[in-house]
Amino acid sequence: MSLALKLPRLRLKGGTSLWVGGGLVAIAISSAILAPWIALTDPVLDANLMNAELPPSWEFPFGTDAQGRDIYSRIVWGARVSLSVGIISQICNSLIGVTLGLTAGYWGGWWDDLVSGLTNLMLAIPSLVFALAIMAILGPGLVSLVIALGLTSWSYSCRIARAQVLSLKSQGYIQAARILGYGDLRIMFTQILPNILGPLIVIATLGMGGAILAEAALSFLGLGIRPPFPSWGSMLSEARDQITTAPWLSVFPGLAIFFTVLGLNLLGDGLRDYLDPQSTTRRG
Amino acid sequence: MTTPLLKVENLRIALAGDGVTYDAVENVSFEIGRGEAFGLVGESGCGKSITALSVMGLLRRPLSLAGGRIILDGKEIQNVSAAEMRRLRGKRIAMIFQEPMTALNPLSPVGRQIAEMFVLHEGANWNEAMDRAEDALRQVRVPSPERRIKDYPHQLSGGMRQRVMIAIALACGPDLLVADEPTTALDVTVQAEIIDLMAELCAAKGTAVLMISHDLGLVANMCQRVAVMYAGRIVESQVADAIFATPTHPYTQGLIDSLPRLGERARRGRQKLSEISGVVPSIANYPAGCRFNPRCPAVTDVCRTIVPEATPLPADGVVRCHHHG
Repeated sequence: MSLALKLPRLRLKGGTSLWVGGGLVAIAISSAILAPWIALTDPVLDANLMNAELPPSWEFPFGTDAQGRDIYSRIVWGARVSLSVGIISQICNSLIGVTLGLTAGYWGGWWDDLVSGLTNLMLAIPSLVFALAIMAILGPGLVSLVIALGLTSWSYSCRIARAQVLSLKSQGYIQAARILGYGDLRIMFTQILPNILGPLIVIATLGMGGAILAEAALSFLGLGIRPPFPSWGSMLSEARDQITTAPWLSVFPGLAIFFTVLGLNLLGDGLRDYLDPQSTTRRG
Repeated sequence: MTTPLLKVENLRIALAGDGVTYDAVENVSFEIGRGEAFGLVGESGCGKSITALSVMGLLRRPLSLAGGRIILDGKEIQNVSAAEMRRLRGKRIAMIFQEPMTALNPLSPVGRQIAEMFVLHEGANWNEAMDRAEDALRQVRVPSPERRIKDYPHQLSGGMRQRVMIAIALACGPDLLVADEPTTALDVTVQAEIIDLMAELCAAKGTAVLMISHDLGLVANMCQRVAVMYAGRIVESQVADAIFATPTHPYTQGLIDSLPRLGERARRGRQKLSEISGVVPSIANYPAGCRFNPRCPAVTDVCRTIVPEATPLPADGVVRCHHHG
């Protein structure tokens, strides 16, 4: 007997990855926004040592931590920190990296040498060390965390953008644009940028995951979010010691990061396909 | 002839190699009148495309302008600022290329790419520019232009894309259209349509054409005057009909003899098509004297040492050969 379950075939413009990714990211963002209403308890104040390290149950769906705080509520509140750090800092990185890479690749010459040198310098210094130095100057807190992470890992998008521009520069339509009297900036932003957007979106979404994890590392070192307030990264690092005795302490924040990063990557992939006219229009 | 639209005088283009500089183009002069179609013919690597690029002010390293003057409408343009040159390009001098497949931005609908010319050079707003783009597509005889303006380049065939390129190039009514092998990548039947279209539109708008090709027949069809280039020099220039009737330079004669002719076999029996023996010398070891001398059937000692001067021919023609005149 075969159980042929016939699902109606969904035809979604942009493919499934755009919708699955968009859905996951939407869930993460809405839980960050709706935290005060969907959290069961206060993430910081409702500590109760009588409930310490309880496994998941109906009362505490994701279990409780060493201070008896509800993990579910802390994850919902922690989304605010993790998402804003991940998304805003990565937007900063992309803006810096793409601007430098685009101009360096297009103009070449001394500007290219300068930008490439700077990029290599940034790649040589571990970005976490760089971020640490900036945090040490600015002091801990959410804003300085975003600034520190937003200024320190633009080198990847810069290199990708520069390499893409170099390969695109000799294309007929870039030459044609020059011959038709387009200015440099117009060529860069209307002709080149849309054509290199695909890989840049993928790099940016990958970087968001990296930024969420970097936030965890900085918080662990005491330079990020101050301890009682939750972020996914700091919850993970606090849970390290209890990973064998109370695995739910690390599993749920880990899953939250996993699904958010997965969602961002799928969204990036889907967006790239969606923005490419060759894949969305048919020869007619 | 009154003042010509474009006058190129003693153009010299240098190619920088490893510590040595070669002359890729040397002593090239020609004039194009208003509304006139002028053809520049030659083999690959003879310098015809870089001559066109120098007119557009677009020579890039390792190529550079080493001498000569380029005069557009009485004004020298070889030394104007980059910004001024950019205003000339597209508006007064436009260009279409060999490869319609790659010359359009794949991520932008073709209507937008035409409209951008009006926005860029005439300060039109986008709505008005899109309407004019539709008219421009209609002029190049793209069927149902109101739908085609929303199409992306990959949805169009090669011939359609070249029509779009022509629409873009002629959008702002330039004085001069540089066409660098505009039909080489197209089927023969489409070639004829495109050439006819170009000739007709340019005649209607009074646009002069600098047509660059290796196809002598094509050029003779469209152009009033033709110049033949060999190894960086113009060897002969004549009125188009005269170049077929009385080719003067041995290279031109060789080119015309190597064209297959309809009915030839019936008239003279089965024969091998004649050819010009040898190959084009590489730029690093151009021979002294006349550069055609190693391949020339009529070579004498003087050809191997002395560069031939330009000798006038009837009707503004010029030839550079020791054995003429």
